[in-house]
Amino acid sequence: MMEHLPALMIAIPLFGAFTAPLFKKHYKEVSIWAIIITGITVVLSLLLAKEVVTGGIMVYVFGADKPTLVLPSGYSVPIRIMFEVDAMSAFMAISATLMSFIGAIYSYSHVERETGLEKYYALLMLLEVGILGMVLTGDLFNLFVFLEIAGIAGSALVGFRNYRGEASEAGIKYLIVSAVASLMVLFAVGILYGQYGNLNLAYIAKNVSFNMVDMVAFGLLFTSFAMKCGAVPMHYWVPDAYTEVPAGINPPLLVATYASLYALFRVSFTLFANVVIDLARVGWIMSILGVLTMFIGVTMALVQKDVKRLMSYHAISQTGYMLLGVGVGLTVLHDPSKLAEFGRDAMAGGVFHIINHIIYKSLLLMTAGALFYATGTRNLNEMGGLARKMPITTISFMIGAAAISGLPPFNGFASKLLIYETSYRLNPLLTVFAMVTSVLTLASFVKVFASAFLGPPLEKFENTREVPKPMIIAMVILAALCILFGLFPNLVLDKLVYPAVDALINSAQYHSWGGLA
Amino acid sequence: MSFTLTTPSGFWNPLLWLIFLVLFGIIAYLIYSRGNPSYKKETEQIRPYLSGNPEPTKEKIQVKAGDIYWGFIEALKEYYKVLQAIHTGDMRDYILWYLGIGAIITFVLIGGV
Repeated sequence: MMEHLPALMIAIPLFGAFTAPLFKKHYKEVSIWAIIITGITVVLSLLLAKEVVTGGIMVYVFGADKPTLVLPSGYSVPIRIMFEVDAMSAFMAISATLMSFIGAIYSYSHVERETGLEKYYALLMLLEVGILGMVLTGDLFNLFVFLEIAGIAGSALVGFRNYRGEASEAGIKYLIVSAVASLMVLFAVGILYGQYGNLNLAYIAKNVSFNMVDMVAFGLLFTSFAMKCGAVPMHYWVPDAYTEVPAGINPPLLVATYASLYALFRVSFTLFANVVIDLARVGWIMSILGVLTMFIGVTMALVQKDVKRLMSYHAISQTGYMLLGVGVGLTVLHDPSKLAEFGRDAMAGGVFHIINHIIYKSLLLMTAGALFYATGTRNLNEMGGLARKMPITTISFMIGAAAISGLPPFNGFASKLLIYETSYRLNPLLTVFAMVTSVLTLASFVKVFASAFLGPPLEKFENTREVPKPMIIAMVILAALCILFGLFPNLVLDKLVYPAVDALINSAQYHSWGGLA
Repeated sequence: MSFTLTTPSGFWNPLLWLIFLVLFGIIAYLIYSRGNPSYKKETEQIRPYLSGNPEPTKEKIQVKAGDIYWGFIEALKEYYKVLQAIHTGDMRDYILWYLGIGAIITFVLIGGV
């Protein structure tokens, strides 16, 4: 059973997605079905992570006699679709399944007034399939296919409230951006296939010669995944999509964005890790993109009046921290002393920030969704005095805001501390930008807190009540994780983050299919 | 399970931080408890004094989100003018930025810089 985990991770949500339309008009039942399916995938991802952390890279070959059959002698060309799961993949898989599960719980009440929910939940599970496929696969073309699945499901969900013009527009924009990025990824895959006659990531990584054509493919992959993860100045689609998507979809959509960040890391560390040109150049590109992303994201957030749009700009800004952390690590990857001194910790900060950000940003976007659910508006100028009416939402918001601002003892602090300290060692100016961004982030959330929750109770919100229980449960789980990960950062760092970082650094393990070839 | 996170230059222990937080909380409470004892809730004392003018409605005295940080945004007006100019919302611009940045990154990667 355990050896089939990678396949089950895809098969179960895919089964859930294709059976969801059978629940037509039975909205409560289809919601419960989605919660069950996504809940099962959480358990599977935890089992998978345990297997990978204890037993090393897990390989699964589709269509082979044995699921672990890989490149036996005499079978030199891996033509089959192959999943190769290392600790980084397992780390992302946990994020994806957990957020899909939380999103399904939240959606139970949040979208109960909408119609067509069987399609909504089918798309939610398809989005999960797309993300999981992207992070588990060891095949470049397969990566493109799952990128497409996630992109199409995501854009349909962004435009789900199609009775709103803005939602339809945002959905189409997301679809076009995804299509262009996917097209360029396909082009790059074609270039590499033309050169090496293979689509297996590890195989290409071992044989790549880094000629000019290869570097063009690298440039296309790098830029496309950078756009899909919302790096500045290719971030414009993010506020459109995150604002219009129903708040229950925000968590998995956030993970879909970071699945592209994962792909960017995978391409940089695994596919082109042995690049003969100065790898520091790639690391600097990533770090500079990171600084630009965090600073422009936060300054744009500061002037927003739409609560979800404001938070969406913060999602862009926080992506900058991840790019900076991992970029610092990539810059010193070929310098063993600096890598041991601060590079590995910088990458740990960046990777730890991925899961931290997924947790607190999902929480914040859900509180924004709760405000919209209760008041019918997202305009902060029209809100006020809601803390008395929505106490649990208020507390959840405060925890999320403190976490994103990097205030101790919440989870955002631990990862930001690692990023500050390590980026300082590379260049102090990077740290200055990172710290100023944190201050502006706090200022921005003080604004939201003051205008939405504080102030005198307004007459128009006299009958406003706290949101329904499923939405509260989802928010409370995430708030508890913000505190837990902040109090016990070592729990996540030792069990998940450092193994993930080591998996990225030690690409030789991945290149040899976990030692099977 | 260890509370201490060791970083390249130091460490972080949330438990220690919480102990200090409680200590500072006690000090803050001691200062607060020495405040004016004649203050009474739910009396005229809590109403704002507006030179005899009637108190405006609650909606009117609330500081709106758009007004918070007005000074900061005004001081950075030129910066925001540029930022808002590039956030056009036009799909064609999104793709042009992608192509432009893609060209620069590829140029750097193939050794142009």
